[in-house]
Amino acid sequence: MSTPALELNQVCKVFTKKERDKTKARFAPKKREKVIALDDVSLSVNRREIFGVLGPNGSGKSTLIRLLSTLLIPDKGTIRVFGHDVEKEEFAVKRLINRVSVDAAFFKKFSPLENLTYAARLYGMPMREAREKMRQIMLRLGLKEETFNQPMEHMSRGMQQKVAVARGFLTSPTLLLLDEPTTGLDPHSKRDVQGFVRQIRAEHDATILLTTHDMEEADRLCDRIAIIDEGKIIALDTPKGLKELVSKRNGHEPTLEDVFIELTGKKMEEKEAE
Amino acid sequence: MNTLVREMRGAFAFIERNINLIKRYWGWELVWLIYSLVNSLAVTYIGAGMERISGQALDTQYLITYLLVGTLIWSYLSVIFYSISEMIAWERWEGTIEYTFMAPVSRLTHLVGTTLFAIVYGVLRTLVILVIVASFFRLDLSGANIPGAVLLLLAGSVSFVGLGILAAVLPLLYPERGVQMTNAAAAILLLISGVYYPVEILPGWLQVIASASPATYVIKGMRACLLHGESTRALISTVLFLIGAGIAVIAMGLLTFHRVERYAKRAGRLKRSG
Repeated sequence: MSTPALELNQVCKVFTKKERDKTKARFAPKKREKVIALDDVSLSVNRREIFGVLGPNGSGKSTLIRLLSTLLIPDKGTIRVFGHDVEKEEFAVKRLINRVSVDAAFFKKFSPLENLTYAARLYGMPMREAREKMRQIMLRLGLKEETFNQPMEHMSRGMQQKVAVARGFLTSPTLLLLDEPTTGLDPHSKRDVQGFVRQIRAEHDATILLTTHDMEEADRLCDRIAIIDEGKIIALDTPKGLKELVSKRNGHEPTLEDVFIELTGKKMEEKEAE
Repeated sequence: MNTLVREMRGAFAFIERNINLIKRYWGWELVWLIYSLVNSLAVTYIGAGMERISGQALDTQYLITYLLVGTLIWSYLSVIFYSISEMIAWERWEGTIEYTFMAPVSRLTHLVGTTLFAIVYGVLRTLVILVIVASFFRLDLSGANIPGAVLLLLAGSVSFVGLGILAAVLPLLYPERGVQMTNAAAAILLLISGVYYPVEILPGWLQVIASASPATYVIKGMRACLLHGESTRALISTVLFLIGAGIAVIAMGLLTFHRVERYAKRAGRLKRSG
């Protein structure tokens, strides 16, 4: 049996938040509060799988992505990427992964080409190969050639996010972490990005972990989905398997939204408002 | 070999990125250059005016050169210090810190790229200031030991690289106040290192602290070279001391940085903004 692309074993992550006690004097020491971001999370992702993590804001999705990106160290448990421990073999893991996050983080005054060149050099890519690849990916994502040299700050949010997606794919990661990559995109841009994700999986030997709170996106793209709430995985199955957990209501086939409501007792929007 | 090529590409990423930052923020750069230039002129004019201020006959030429050496060396050393200490601050301002920290590039490579840029940039910037300031005053450096001064300056740069790494830890630890703390650290170095006056006029306790600042030895040695034509042979012990101290400070800086980076990853401080 081949090594899974990703293996999490009883992973916990707790943050400490300092908050001023309003009942006490202004200069009194701040009170420390523990926030459980991930609570005993275990899962395994197969090679070439698109694995979705579905949950509202604050459910632990981004913490999970940051742990996999080696930006956080787990308090408990182990995480292995293609058999490499993220803490002990950090560099081996870093060479295998890349990430697209919800907010496109770039040098805002740089052009897409300058930002992607920076990324290509950081990942040790030969520039001749990288330049051609940057062009191809950006064109495939629907970016026009005349935008390649304009400052990122003059681009729309959708265009910036497409450059972020291009950066994520540029280094041909074996494990691609997509942290809400289509949040805030218009429907057309969303389709471009989703189409590209499918194409990458079909053409390359890539495993994709996608976090989202877009139920339709998860349903359309993912082979399996984990529903996460308050740091815990509350269900994990194929989209079809998850829907089978819920009985037909009002005569229609259940959606992932129905599954989420059934399992958490709340609507996604309510959870986001919390 | 592959690893070396990859690391060299990684180091070049930081050099190219910093060149691009200067190009894109050229307005800031110009303002900063004018500030440094005017500051150098203002300080040097104190020497020109001392005879009038004190009402006594003084060697004005000597005073002008004395202050000019201090202000130029400080300009150079502070560029090295700020360029390196701001390597994290820039990432926080631009929101790219997570992307850079998850890239498969070692912190040593990050530092090598930043340092090479800082030294070349510092030399060029100081030369521009020197040429302009020199046009305001009649400088006599006929008896100066220029090669000795350059040697001393390069040896002193090593320590400032180390101090820069130590200061870079502050924005990593304190996302909101780190940069201001770095400014405070630079201001303390300016006070104690004898930039505009001999350290011997400081209170005893400050002189003890001054003896720990590499800038104290660089500036003293530079004045000996440029004002008194001290031979290179006589400077060897200072040069060796500065290189030795520099290596020790760099090692301490790297170790501290590594530990603080781990702490930041445990506590979740590698946030985007700050």
